Amino acid sequence: MLGSPQILQMLEDESIEILREAAAAFRKPVLLYSIGKDSSVLLHLARKAFYPGPIPFPMLHVDTTWKFREMISFRDQIVKEYGLNLLVHTNQAGVDEKVNPFTSGISEYTRVMKTVALRQALDEHGFDVAIGGSRRDEERSRAKERIFSVRESGHRWDPRQQRPELWRTYNPRLAPGQSMRVFPLSDWTELDVWHYIYLNEIPVNPLYFAKERLVVTRGQQLIMVDDERYPLLENEKPELRQIRFRTLGCYPLTAAVESTANSVKEILDEVMEVKLSERATRLIDGDKEDSMEKKKSEGYF
Amino acid sequence: MSKPIVRLVTCGSVDDGKSTLIGRLLVETDSIPHDSVASARLVRRSGSTIKAGEIDFSLLTDGLEAEREQGITIDVAYRSMFLLNGRRLIIADAPGHEQYTRNMVVAASRADVALVLLDASRGIRTQTLRHLMICSLMGIGRIAIVINKLDAVGYAEEIYEKIKRDLTKSINRLEIKDFQFIPVSALVGDNIVLRSEAMPWYTGPTLLEYIQYWEKSPAGRSRARLGIQMISRAENFRGVAGTVINGEFTVGDEVITLPTRRRATIARIVTFDGDLERAEESRAVTLVLEPDVDATRGDVIELAEDFTEPADRFNATVVWLGEPELIHSRSYLLISGSTQVPAMVTKIRHKVNINTGKHEVTQTLKMNEIGVVEIATDALIALDTYKSCRESGNFILVDRSTMNTVGAGMIEHVLRRSSNITKQEYEINQQSRALQKNQRARVLWLTGLPGSGKSTIANALEKQLFAMGLHSYVLDGDNVRLGLNKDLGFIKEDRAENVRRVSEVARLMSDAGLIVIVALVSPFAADRDQARSLFDQGEFLEVWINTSADVCTIRDPKGLYKKAAAGSIPNLTGVGQEYEPPANAELVLDGTAPIEENVKRLIEIIL
Repeated sequence: MLGSPQILQMLEDESIEILREAAAAFRKPVLLYSIGKDSSVLLHLARKAFYPGPIPFPMLHVDTTWKFREMISFRDQIVKEYGLNLLVHTNQAGVDEKVNPFTSGISEYTRVMKTVALRQALDEHGFDVAIGGSRRDEERSRAKERIFSVRESGHRWDPRQQRPELWRTYNPRLAPGQSMRVFPLSDWTELDVWHYIYLNEIPVNPLYFAKERLVVTRGQQLIMVDDERYPLLENEKPELRQIRFRTLGCYPLTAAVESTANSVKEILDEVMEVKLSERATRLIDGDKEDSMEKKKSEGYF
Repeated sequence: MSKPIVRLVTCGSVDDGKSTLIGRLLVETDSIPHDSVASARLVRRSGSTIKAGEIDFSLLTDGLEAEREQGITIDVAYRSMFLLNGRRLIIADAPGHEQYTRNMVVAASRADVALVLLDASRGIRTQTLRHLMICSLMGIGRIAIVINKLDAVGYAEEIYEKIKRDLTKSINRLEIKDFQFIPVSALVGDNIVLRSEAMPWYTGPTLLEYIQYWEKSPAGRSRARLGIQMISRAENFRGVAGTVINGEFTVGDEVITLPTRRRATIARIVTFDGDLERAEESRAVTLVLEPDVDATRGDVIELAEDFTEPADRFNATVVWLGEPELIHSRSYLLISGSTQVPAMVTKIRHKVNINTGKHEVTQTLKMNEIGVVEIATDALIALDTYKSCRESGNFILVDRSTMNTVGAGMIEHVLRRSSNITKQEYEINQQSRALQKNQRARVLWLTGLPGSGKSTIANALEKQLFAMGLHSYVLDGDNVRLGLNKDLGFIKEDRAENVRRVSEVARLMSDAGLIVIVALVSPFAADRDQARSLFDQGEFLEVWINTSADVCTIRDPKGLYKKAAAGSIPNLTGVGQEYEPPANAELVLDGTAPIEENVKRLIEIIL
């Protein structure tokens, strides 16, 4: 069931308030841009929040080198169109050691190419606040996280030591060694995100729309073979299927869904019907209950 | 006014079946992904008696690992839910135990509606009264008192009626106006979303109905208000960006900036989607003011015809959230919206027993305690009472060294005392007084362990300054305690007050154009930071006389360490009480270095 547009207006206003607070109360903010639909909405909200001025902070993309090719081309197109200041960071040590999603193990790969890479980028530039598009409805440990969420030194999240957060009075102050994560989309749901994209005609990545793409089947999941690096089984031939993606990430770790939805309106209808949590299509979260909480305590976003 | 998003706080504990209740609300309104529901049919807690294949509703709401292990809820979890009339419900699920009162206060701070849960088979318990009191304190207008597990008592109307009768007295005492008793069974699903067949004697609303028909009550006296978050600049453009906290603004309104009291007219209300004629409550906008008055982040804009008088003394109810207890006279950072100002608690009137509501005398507030206090801020701030508007009458207190949020406050009323004292401006100022003496006014704050050499260094430094024809004065910790501070002891609170008084005297002397040398143990970083906050940048120089505890113990010029070892001084810094070394001192001196060398380095930073 779609909520009223007034719900989106209220969510938008609260998100803008949070974005402005993050921009004004910190020394050096950055927005984590992951190219997905939530990032698209976050970027749109940032353009609204500071209008008619420019967005007063850079964007950061942590590139694992295993993203879908269409993600990178979309990213570059958006940067050009809006004149954004985008920083791209890759953990070069991980690349040199040939850390990859297949032979390194998923959790080690994620730690090196995502968690460590993010920590490197934040430390290198000295960002004291990173704004991200996470939502509380995504996953259970997210449901407990504050909007202004303190990270201890080493970017660790300690769920037992969260600062009390009351009213709309946020505490943006940091002790030495601490940094902050800010989540303007905390109260949004997946459906809100698509509804907002629909009403505001926000450009989103073409991978969200159904199209015939080359896939292989792994367990119950459909994995798109995006380039020649994907190790096929003996005598395996990828087949063309009508698929789309609900979330975007590293292509070997992101499962597709079979779908015919090729407009935002059709996606909206599908999301209302399907009723499957989006993280079900992410391979990295499924390996163990609570894996998200664990990763975050190591500094994952 | 109809708000599209309703916020609900749920109070009660796992034993009362709270997780089950919320889980059922989520499932029956189809607000939860089907794979999560499927997993709640499979996964079981150890010792669970729920049959395989049935939904363990409680699994849908508990998040953190430790919580699943202990089977209780520690922190606040947030869930979004669809209401059947097209509105959105955001549930803040709060833990019920007394040691988590602070988490409940967090969850209640934004709630429009509260759900207070109790178990029919156990009846009213202390925690029920505590929950009602906190809801009332946090200003929640509508409270559903949900009596659960009616199925376990044979759906007996008498049990429901008795609880209702007994609890109504407390509710009236707390002045809660809009409340409803609802008999339910979360396990079976009676009166949650679907009306129960088993309780024909109950004709009131179901829980869902009661929640979803909530309407914001028009506030009695509410002033239009916008908090400035930032100044928006673009080519040929300057505006103030912020959210309308209360009321509404229209183009052409005459407004005033607070606390600075500059008047202007709203020329434009700018948004990305085009200019507005009118900005309603909760809208995030950018105002263009005519004339373009000097307003900054943290200022507040209200209508010029009726605005909040800025003040610097307040009576407030404070919920203490921090592990270290509240310290009288210590400087905290007060934050309200985007406004930040140093503040201290000057008086603790009483604490409130959260189980009985009775007032008790106290010297401090510990974590989870609630008290009524007097607060003094270092600068004027436009806070209204919490009763008239939640968002303009709240504040948090932040510890200035850990930066943790340690207190949550609600303004009861503004103390007018401050506005009767006007600061007199004299034409001869600090700078002219200092110039006459050919020097720059300074405060050198020497901190370190007893026996580190503060007094010796201060004495040698003053002799040197005197010889150079400069005008100085030494404020020595021991000497001050013989007169001005002879009423103070050595516990934490008294040490804070000791530092406060010495820093105020230093301020007067510095204003007289003198070079002030303070020789004071001042063991706590927060107290020293507070002293620093009284002075201009560069005027206050913190000097750490870094002498190891071993050296100090051997020196022991006043015999203090001997006495401490014998047990007659329990609070000696470095022995019974810790010393927090400065993290950002302007100068660190080695207390064992030759005295001439240390004096030379001090002279260098003064000149």
